[in-house]
Amino acid sequence: MTDLTELWIYLSQGPLLWLTATVVAYGIGDTLFVLSGRSPWVNPVLIAVVLLSVALIATGTPYETFFGGAQFVHFLLGPATVALALPLYANLSLVRSAALPMLAALLAGSLVAMLSAIAVGWALGLRGEVLLSLVPKSATSPVALGVAEVIGGIPSLTAALVIMTGITGAVIVTPLFNALGLTDWRARGFAVGVAAHGIGTARAFQVNDTAGAFSGIGMGLNALLTAILAPLVANWLF
Amino acid sequence: MIWSIAILLGCQLAGEIVTRFLGLPLPGPVLGMALLLGLLVAIPRLYRLVAPTGHTILANLSLLFVPAGVGVVANLDVVSEHGLALLTAVVVSTVLALVAGVLSFRAVARLMERQE
Repeated sequence: MTDLTELWIYLSQGPLLWLTATVVAYGIGDTLFVLSGRSPWVNPVLIAVVLLSVALIATGTPYETFFGGAQFVHFLLGPATVALALPLYANLSLVRSAALPMLAALLAGSLVAMLSAIAVGWALGLRGEVLLSLVPKSATSPVALGVAEVIGGIPSLTAALVIMTGITGAVIVTPLFNALGLTDWRARGFAVGVAAHGIGTARAFQVNDTAGAFSGIGMGLNALLTAILAPLVANWLF
Repeated sequence: MIWSIAILLGCQLAGEIVTRFLGLPLPGPVLGMALLLGLLVAIPRLYRLVAPTGHTILANLSLLFVPAGVGVVANLDVVSEHGLALLTAVVVSTVLALVAGVLSFRAVARLMERQE
């Protein structure tokens, strides 16, 4: 029998172990999501993150080692963002006719996301770099990390907050908008893209294709607007 | 298949090069998305080539956020100290941003309908 410790040392040095773990953890989350009848409360990303976090802590594996394997999945965020042009193109006439409503929703959603996060965080005693890490949380990961660095937040904390925001948006968007009696898929999709970036967009695609397309645009535009506004907001307030 | 991957990666690469070169405050892939949209408008035939691969990636979009999400482990000290405040700020501001976005979209859309 091979020595288990030796096997562990061998496996923990390569990318295969944690890459497999990432895919399996998400597979478990996605299966539970399907079994629940696609309930918005059963979020595959949240389940996968919890399972993997517990595994990392239990085995004493540093995040850097995990990311050595998981980076192959992480890398695909780039091509996936480019691919958002496809639903955008398929819905182009619908998008053109809604330019003004989108502009209004973008400005309102983006500013409210930043200012209300600062206000609530401040009221609950957050200060300094932890508070600043909250500012770009509604933008998609690569932008949010860059913005956090520029305004003096902690990029790795922002990364976690971005995912937390996305999961919150994905979980809450369907019950919230149903409760408000909103039936316009363009408005629903766009708002969730602005507030909850790619995870919200993934959720929107599960519900309705038009909502997904508008969500992708909302995410892209808010990435741009957050990159411009967050440094101004941070400068103005601090 | 292979050309659709080449087109997606090529657009991302071009986006990265342009944003770095011009110092734009924009991630390369977002410019890459705009570039692919421009290509599709110019050459509609490309849609049928890129769509199968693109839709496969988009159908599994949530998976791609898992590695960054596990980053919470790298910040356990900050998260355990300020976890409740951070979670409250995230949840409250996400709800407010969703409502602000969807209501302003609807208000302007209705205003436009009335003028037509």
